[in-house]
Amino acid sequence: MAARVIKNRGEVRLFWRSFSRNQLAMCGGIVVAVLVVVAVAAPVLAPWDPNGVDTKRILASPSKSHWLGTDPLGRDVLSRVLYGSRISLAVGFVSVGIATILGTVLGAAAGYHGGLVDNFIMRLVDLMLVFPRFFLLLAVLAFLKPSIWTIMAVIGLTGWMGVARLVRAEFLTLREREFVIWSESIGAGALRVIFRHILPNAMAPVLVAMTLGIPAAILTEAGLSFLGLGVQPPYATWGNILNDGRDYMEIAWWMTLYPGLAILFTVLSYNLLGEGIRDALDPRLRRAGVGRILRLGR
Amino acid sequence: MVLFALRRLIISIPLLVGITFVSYLVISLAPGGPLDFLTPEDPNASPEVKERLIKEFGLDQPLYIQYGKWLSRAVRLDFGRSFLPDGKPVLTKIGERLPITLLLNVIEMLIIVGLAVPIGVMSATRQYSLYDKVTTVFVFIGFATPDFWLALLLMILFGLQLGWLPISGLRSLNFEYLSFWAQQWDFLSHLVLPIVVATFGGLAGFSRYMRQSMLEVIRQDYIQTARAKGLSERVVIGKHALRNALLPVVTILGLSLPGLIGGSIIVETIFAIPGMGQLMVQSVFSRDYPVVMGNLVIVATLTLVANLVADVAYGLVDPRIRLGGRRRRR
Amino acid sequence: MRGTLRPLARLALGAACALAPGCGGDVEGKADEAPIAAGPPAYGDTFVMASIGDIGGLIPSLTSDGASHEVGAMIYDGLLRYDKNLNLAPQMAESWTIAKDCLSLTFKLRKDVKWHDGQPFTADDVRFTWQAMVNPKTPAPFKEKFLQVKDVEVLDPYTVRVTYPKPYARALESWSDYVLPKHLLEAYVADGKLRESPQNRFPIGTGPYRFQEWKPSEKVVLTASPDYYEGRPYIGRVVYRVIPSQATIFLELKAKGVDSSGLTAFQYVRQTEYPAFRKAYHKYRYPGSAYTFLGFNLKDPRFADKRVRQAIAYAIDKQELIDGVAMGLAREGTGPIRPGTWAFTDKVRRYEYNPEKAKALLAEAGWKDRDGDGVVEDKDGRPFAFTIRTNQGNDERKKIAEIIQQRLKDVGLNADIQVIEWAAFIKEFVKPRRFDAIILGLGTGTDPDQFSVWHSSQTAPDQMNRMGYANPEADRMLEGGRASCIQKDRVPYYHRLQEILAEDQPVVFLYYRDSLPVVSSRFRGIDPGPAGIFHNFNEWFVPRQLQRYTSG
Repeated sequence: MAARVIKNRGEVRLFWRSFSRNQLAMCGGIVVAVLVVVAVAAPVLAPWDPNGVDTKRILASPSKSHWLGTDPLGRDVLSRVLYGSRISLAVGFVSVGIATILGTVLGAAAGYHGGLVDNFIMRLVDLMLVFPRFFLLLAVLAFLKPSIWTIMAVIGLTGWMGVARLVRAEFLTLREREFVIWSESIGAGALRVIFRHILPNAMAPVLVAMTLGIPAAILTEAGLSFLGLGVQPPYATWGNILNDGRDYMEIAWWMTLYPGLAILFTVLSYNLLGEGIRDALDPRLRRAGVGRILRLGR
Repeated sequence: MVLFALRRLIISIPLLVGITFVSYLVISLAPGGPLDFLTPEDPNASPEVKERLIKEFGLDQPLYIQYGKWLSRAVRLDFGRSFLPDGKPVLTKIGERLPITLLLNVIEMLIIVGLAVPIGVMSATRQYSLYDKVTTVFVFIGFATPDFWLALLLMILFGLQLGWLPISGLRSLNFEYLSFWAQQWDFLSHLVLPIVVATFGGLAGFSRYMRQSMLEVIRQDYIQTARAKGLSERVVIGKHALRNALLPVVTILGLSLPGLIGGSIIVETIFAIPGMGQLMVQSVFSRDYPVVMGNLVIVATLTLVANLVADVAYGLVDPRIRLGGRRRRR
Repeated sequence: MRGTLRPLARLALGAACALAPGCGGDVEGKADEAPIAAGPPAYGDTFVMASIGDIGGLIPSLTSDGASHEVGAMIYDGLLRYDKNLNLAPQMAESWTIAKDCLSLTFKLRKDVKWHDGQPFTADDVRFTWQAMVNPKTPAPFKEKFLQVKDVEVLDPYTVRVTYPKPYARALESWSDYVLPKHLLEAYVADGKLRESPQNRFPIGTGPYRFQEWKPSEKVVLTASPDYYEGRPYIGRVVYRVIPSQATIFLELKAKGVDSSGLTAFQYVRQTEYPAFRKAYHKYRYPGSAYTFLGFNLKDPRFADKRVRQAIAYAIDKQELIDGVAMGLAREGTGPIRPGTWAFTDKVRRYEYNPEKAKALLAEAGWKDRDGDGVVEDKDGRPFAFTIRTNQGNDERKKIAEIIQQRLKDVGLNADIQVIEWAAFIKEFVKPRRFDAIILGLGTGTDPDQFSVWHSSQTAPDQMNRMGYANPEADRMLEGGRASCIQKDRVPYYHRLQEILAEDQPVVFLYYRDSLPVVSSRFRGIDPGPAGIFHNFNEWFVPRQLQRYTSG
């Protein structure tokens, strides 16, 4: 055990050396960290109630009292963007969490057991991949009562296939490695082998996939907002603030510019960070790659 | 190899049937129905029309019978008629929409590949250089910009402020009165903005994939060997490395073929392009089951075929796969 | 016009006014008449309209979307039409007589009307239209008015007599509906294949415009009928462009890619007041025909209490909604009958914004804030929490929900919002009455009969009394009002009905939104009236020097 820890520490040092050389990834990481802080501190930072309607101040341009102007219901855009960061990031994290757990469990089962189980799960993956994602989203949205949680669940439930394939592929190779065969030979149970030995070693590409999945989920939510199927009002997300402003682009540029930039920077940063992590971990981890760069309807 | 292809083909058939079954189940059980869409929310509407249509569409029968009937017609390539008042055959409806979506997506794909390969190769060979950084940020900005926002911005700039390009649609209204070449230009100019939006958004996926693939290849021994032999960098990269790096990319290209007929919902909606994406949304929203099913079957079949072709092609090029057929998945 | 504005056919009301049973009241035309001399009417040019959804088909009797009816009204004519002042006027019928007992109607038809294929239009077509519509195999959503008919007799080729088993208030109005060609459709009606007939793709009508082409989800093109019996229309071509995004329609309007569109209130007030736009377009404003309401599930014991509904009516600031959502371009709703029509009265109970009164009424009904958390509870401590649902695709209703949510919070009611996709919303929530409160719109016809919306016998899932409203006195008024065809006999019933509904508040009538169409300023001859602007479309023209398109 002790040997392992030291080895890990060495890996971390190696990782950090490689990662910190990558300036873009560092920038991405810093922006991501700042965003998380902003999201957590939104109630402290927001100058106004994000849902406070004021019909006397409809689409007011940026001013001293409303730095980023107001929306068509007279709500403060800055406060909504700040609060929106919470929901948007939450949508990203939770939906990717769901996709990761589901994908890891199914991928692990398929990769470890092989044979019939593998065949069944991989056909399920094929089946899910064959459906146009939009149809899947709509079908699931139709079954579940609309709420923030539904959106997260929907994006997660339709996005696990990439992770499943990834984990399965890792398992297929790791299963044949000495330390796994050795522990099996001394009678370790399947669960112990999976959780103790294989899974930790398969997590690196999953981590990368997660980092790249979060921005994709945020974009998906924005796309769903465009179709009117995003997070329910009055909750602000960047996607629905942007969508609320699309009819007023010429006279109220602030309605779309700020949430648009927020999405842009966030998605950009996560992607740079994710790629940076991947490059630093192992350049051969390409499989985790841009594989599931997904955009709604494409 | 033939055996492998055959086996895959045979697996595909039950898979396809399974897909249609699940789709039928999902669409039929989804809340809302076609009839509530056809009998409007209106004080003057007559509810008995609903009974009539339920019978006509066979929606009064148990689900498994409905599905059985649908399936037995579908194997003869008869997907029925739309539930909407136009009552058109499903295949006619799809036939009307497919050409424009296909055209747009093929052009878009060509441009993406044409740009992504050089971008990917150059940023791989100069990893962490300024060029690498700039293109990385550039393609990710494309990926990160919500496309309806970008579309509206471009429409305002080029359509309204500058007046260089038409805002939406496919043809100008005086199209019939234009000369032949003017007609071609008119049509093309309508495609510019949608293609730009779609291409900018899709560039990241391919170029990053290309970059990764290239990075992996140039670390291989045979590239080092080629360099050691004194071959010029140009030949090493352009000939040896590129060919091998393109291999996995070609697979991805194959896998994205079905997407070519799916159409992009957002781009088609914003630019008022009557393509497959719009058809799919409209038919799902109006619960037009026959059109939804017809659409899904076509997309699913193409996906399976593309999968198969990609696997076989990959197998032909890369002999390691032939034996196992196992490692083929990414 | 007909019914609620549906999400896919969220046509601007102004456009919907082309269909006569539309718009009434005073009209405000904001027309900075261009200095160019109008000149004599000239033939030619093209009128381009934008439609958010594609048409459903070209036999409008089979469709229920606004776009199909708009296009249909250009291709087909009825026996009667609505004129500028919303009175019934002759169209293909020269004259008509109504029997004193209201049981029969006799039409004298014009002898110079021809179908677009050259066949003469005769009384047989009128009888056929009735037969086609009542045929059980015809999936026509608006067949109710034809089902009331006992018989349509052809007295001679140009005379028809329609008889009714009992007086039917909307008898005359119903004959403004499209007449269908017998010689082309007879076989299809008998087989129940009307939807699949060529007519649904390449229609032959008697109207002022002939069908030219329909490119699905792209455009519908019509050309002026050269031998139209009222004279060839001036405008040579009419194009409906399908543009599924509201934002794109507005950009196209500004770039002059379309000639006319309905504006949102915000566009009307804030986005079109600059000189270039005012020069290029004329803006019109007249009261709309649909009202938006907040409806309650009256089977829910909380909302069955009239005091609770009245409290909510007091808690909502209608003026805030009108200012905030409709930019002031709407009229407060007091009842379901359109302001400005003969059956309307505003001498009913009003609910001015008064949160204190709302709280008092709630307290009276047993809802008090017992634990000081800002939300009222009943005597067992259960908080008053409910969900307001509305359909997706209608920004206005979403905004209303968000404002109402805030105001209800002020009086201690905790409301959630759910915006649900249309098909699911109607089937899963509205029809089975599985809702607490909903925000919807409802169109009012030109006739005040609203039997199907408020009568206690109409509460089954497929019927229109969605709230489950039942009041014996209201029932009597609804029955009395529709049992006569003489206007002045009907008035007292409808006045009393409005008083009852205002007192009961089965729904909170929020407002009637104004129609706000704009038309390119090169079009002349527009004559705004209570019916809107499209009632005399055939007389519109573009002076020769201003024509933009070749129209062939």
